Amino acid sequence: MSSPIVKLVAQRVALGILLLLAVSVLIFAGTQILPGDVAQAILGQSATPESLANLREQLGLNQPAYLRYFHWLGGVLTGDLGTAMSSGQDIATSIKDRLWNTLFLAFWAAIVAVPLAIILGLIAVRYRNGWVDKLISGVALASTSFPEFFIGYVLVFYFAVQHQWFPAISTVYEGMPFGERMQAIALPAAALTLVVLAHMMRMTRAAILNVMQSAYVETAELKGLSAFAVIRKHAFPNAIAPIINVVMLNLAYLVVGVVVVEVIFVYPGMGQYLVDHVTKRDVPVVQAVGLIFAAVYISLNIIADIAAIVANPRLRHPK
Amino acid sequence: MLNIARIPLPALIGIVLTSLFVLAAIFAPWIAPHGNAEIVSDVPWEPMSSAHWLGTDNLGRDLLSRMIYGARITLFIAVLATALSFSLGAILGFSAAVFGGWYDTILSRLIDLLMSIPTLIMALVVLSVLPSNVVTLILVMGVLDSTRVYRLSRAVAVDINVMDYVEAAKLRGEGSAWIIFREILPNALSPLVSELGLRFIYAVLFLSTLSFLGLGVQPPDADWGGMVKENKDGIVFGIAAALIPAAAIAALAISVNLVADWVLNRTASLKGGRG
Amino acid sequence: MADTKAKPGMLLDIRNLRIEATVYPPGEQPKTITLVHDVSLTLEKGKVLGLIGESGAGKSTIGLSSMGYGRGGVRITGGEVILNGRDILKGGKEGFRRLRGREVCYVAQSAAAAFNPAHRLMDQVVEAALLHGTATRAEAEKRAVALFKKLSLPNPETIGERFPHQVSGGQLQRVMTAMALCSEPDLIVFDEPTTALDVTTQIDVLAAIKDAIRDTHVAALYITHDLAVVAQVSDEIMVLRHGRLVEWGGTRQIIKEPRQEYTNALVSVHEIAHQEQTPGTTPVLSVKNVTAAYGRSHIKVLKNVSVDIFPGQTLAVVGESGSGKSTLARAITGLLPPEQGSVVFDGRTLGNKLVDRPKEDLRQLQMIYQMADVAMNPRQTVGTIIGRPLEFYFGIRGSERDRRVAELLDKIEMGKGFVDRYPAELSGGQKQRVCIARSLAAKPKLIICDEVTSALDPLVAHGILELLLGLQKEEGVAYLFITHDLATVKSIADSIAVMYRGEVVRYGAKSKVLAPPFDAYTDLLLSSVPEMEIGWLEKAIAGRRMASAGN
Repeated sequence: MSSPIVKLVAQRVALGILLLLAVSVLIFAGTQILPGDVAQAILGQSATPESLANLREQLGLNQPAYLRYFHWLGGVLTGDLGTAMSSGQDIATSIKDRLWNTLFLAFWAAIVAVPLAIILGLIAVRYRNGWVDKLISGVALASTSFPEFFIGYVLVFYFAVQHQWFPAISTVYEGMPFGERMQAIALPAAALTLVVLAHMMRMTRAAILNVMQSAYVETAELKGLSAFAVIRKHAFPNAIAPIINVVMLNLAYLVVGVVVVEVIFVYPGMGQYLVDHVTKRDVPVVQAVGLIFAAVYISLNIIADIAAIVANPRLRHPK
Repeated sequence: MLNIARIPLPALIGIVLTSLFVLAAIFAPWIAPHGNAEIVSDVPWEPMSSAHWLGTDNLGRDLLSRMIYGARITLFIAVLATALSFSLGAILGFSAAVFGGWYDTILSRLIDLLMSIPTLIMALVVLSVLPSNVVTLILVMGVLDSTRVYRLSRAVAVDINVMDYVEAAKLRGEGSAWIIFREILPNALSPLVSELGLRFIYAVLFLSTLSFLGLGVQPPDADWGGMVKENKDGIVFGIAAALIPAAAIAALAISVNLVADWVLNRTASLKGGRG
Repeated sequence: MADTKAKPGMLLDIRNLRIEATVYPPGEQPKTITLVHDVSLTLEKGKVLGLIGESGAGKSTIGLSSMGYGRGGVRITGGEVILNGRDILKGGKEGFRRLRGREVCYVAQSAAAAFNPAHRLMDQVVEAALLHGTATRAEAEKRAVALFKKLSLPNPETIGERFPHQVSGGQLQRVMTAMALCSEPDLIVFDEPTTALDVTTQIDVLAAIKDAIRDTHVAALYITHDLAVVAQVSDEIMVLRHGRLVEWGGTRQIIKEPRQEYTNALVSVHEIAHQEQTPGTTPVLSVKNVTAAYGRSHIKVLKNVSVDIFPGQTLAVVGESGSGKSTLARAITGLLPPEQGSVVFDGRTLGNKLVDRPKEDLRQLQMIYQMADVAMNPRQTVGTIIGRPLEFYFGIRGSERDRRVAELLDKIEMGKGFVDRYPAELSGGQKQRVCIARSLAAKPKLIICDEVTSALDPLVAHGILELLLGLQKEEGVAYLFITHDLATVKSIADSIAVMYRGEVVRYGAKSKVLAPPFDAYTDLLLSSVPEMEIGWLEKAIAGRRMASAGN
């Protein structure tokens, strides 16, 4: 590894950390933007003065905002995410299992979606402008127009209600056998896969097509290489970076999709936890979970950038 | 000029369907057989019949009427949110491109920051403290989505701003108004118009998602996403009522997509000039 | 069948080749157009045939057909391509694969794009030889190093270890030639191999290619739009136009005794009658000791540049890419304010920045660009484009404006019918003419012409130059003519400034600048301009005193 790469990667990581800090400010500020009093808004017009005062105290609203921010940030950095207003439980403890559940679901969705999207993208490029390509593009266009819950409920209606192959509600618990757990997450994972598949496939197709149209691919063809060898030796090494980029961007998208899919399947993950507490206006939980989602999203973007840096021969072998 | 016979079939389907949805939304009170909140049946989820074409919903209201009123609410909010995001994003993006300097730098970094958080997550964070009403919804959706419009319009304007014909106009001594409105805007219009379609689809999907999560339009009014939420419990009993509004959202999104796709192809294939 | 039997010694025999492509015009049904109309050619072993023509002549398409290859939607729909005694079009995909990289190799215009950025040069150079089993890896690498030496690449033993981006454009073009030669093919297709290079680099690459062809006895199709270049390397030349054969003959016959009018026009393209004018007393524009840099960079793009332009005359600023010639134009127009020095126009010092200049100064100093397509707003009609300066500077509107626009269209030899056209509906030459009319509309004293002919085909460029000279006589306008093309300079300039790395290295009246004794750089530049003479290349290489920048 040569030094410019290390330097660029270090820069990118540092920038990411900086961004994360800025995002924490934004998320904190996002819960303070109300022109009036947060406590009033949370409790509504019928609140008694005592309960208002109590809530203010509990939220630390008597302190200036920047102090509250640093207090919160200090807690987050030491692993203390605060306590939920609605239940009084420690947020970090409640999140632990849910985070694991969400990652488990997203992981299996990604395992299916990523190779499938790349293979379909390759097929679309191989038979470019043929009926396979048009069909794949058409389906992709349609499925980017489908809301997540449409896909989710169609799956439930068909596979859980009409055929009862899989449960409609994905209950998972600690110590659940792997096989049962997999059966429980089959439908949500399938829904998530379908949600990101089309996008990822379209972008993969575009990335490969871009490489296939470059002059060096023509050079390889004019050397007499077979179509397969052209792709393997000449197109693929240059397409890796854009494809990794596509995959990472879509995994980041998956992070969002997971919120809706968890609600559809009543899956005990982070997304459902977040939505529940938004409805309950439980600000500390929303802040904590929002920050975690943002952190995952930003990390995936950083990985995409780093992959692009490492895969670039100009940076790997400087002049 | 536009010749109907030359419009490709997919685009034609898109135009017809989109117009149907729009007409239903505009004339909802005259078309709908029943009122939006009118309970017409004692049993929930009555099956489809000649009296109730789409059956009834979880509270025994006529689903077709709900759908028609839902079109009105869905389109109303989505159109206003799109209008807001578009005007905000385009004005800021254009001015950033033309004026440049620190104004551009600060604005662009701010937008980068806002875009580094998934839109849905940011919306949930903000909605956890804001009052639940239509105005809030439109503002939140419009502001958050304007970041994308900003990126696009700034990029388009920056590209055009460095073209030789803009430089030629500057060398001639033309003022900012001529450069923005006569040199840049006419050439930025076609990518922006097709983006308008995509932003609208996004607004529809985003609104539906929020309502589905219970954070959008509040009962008794319901947009299509809210109707999915109302009727979702029926699914496990094999009642497909929730799938109808969900399918309507998909149909609207696809038809607008088809139109936007056609507009994009039509304008991209022209190097400029007529069309 | 007897007919397909080739004569002994015949390598390539193309008979009645017809090539078609499907195009998709917007809003219309796709239609098939014919790119090559029944062209036939033959090439003996070890000989070089030059294919020459303007863009759209079908020369690259014909060249690639010898490998059974068509770019994009291009298809060979008729005729025979007989290579080494067999019709390759009957061999199918497998047949094509066996001959590509073994019997026929290809050298592209832009080696920088044609090399895979992810692999080392050596791996790419030996790839075809290994693939077809014509050599072991050790043999192929040995052969490659020998070829690198023959093509006078620096560090021939180690250059193969490098990646494409670590090597300069001129060197990369030679590595690509080595790549083609490495599998010891019978035929190489050279597709404009020197067009993208600077003029002083071009001659080195050209000489290297010529030596390599001679020593390896490979046959070649040499495709280019530059007749003087092809005359240096070819045994025979074929002139093509719109996909049809115009003339085919020995190199000497084509350049000395062309039989067709079109060939004759190509041969005499640089001959423009222009009498050099003697410098006047008061210049219309004086650039005084201008130094400039982009941003806060310490690298000065212009170093202490001083030139004068006299009324009604042409100053040509010549230099290669990176010499600072276009930066000079930006400094004069105020787009890049100079750090030091000043620009004096018509006796008054111009404001450094564009915003500091009054409208009147802007009017008198107009500019024409290299790429006419992007110099005009695609959403404005020709009438608006030409009419705007009339409105803006003189407040002329309505029917008077229309009359003046018509007059200007007349001046640029285009009819009134063009008023309502959009730029996309014009040809390359017409676009540049409209740009000329736009600058003339302001009635300027000076027009800066930035490489205005370099994107055009030679004959079209010739027409533009003649028009500019004619207008200069009529209107008395002065030109600052920026170009890399010395042939253009010779035909139109009154005085010349030669720029090299941001400095003016030679400056004066044309006759003085172009007369010996020369400084080293001007000598290199002048000796690098291909002349339509057989044997010019060898003389030029032998007489050089300075290595070109591309090495």
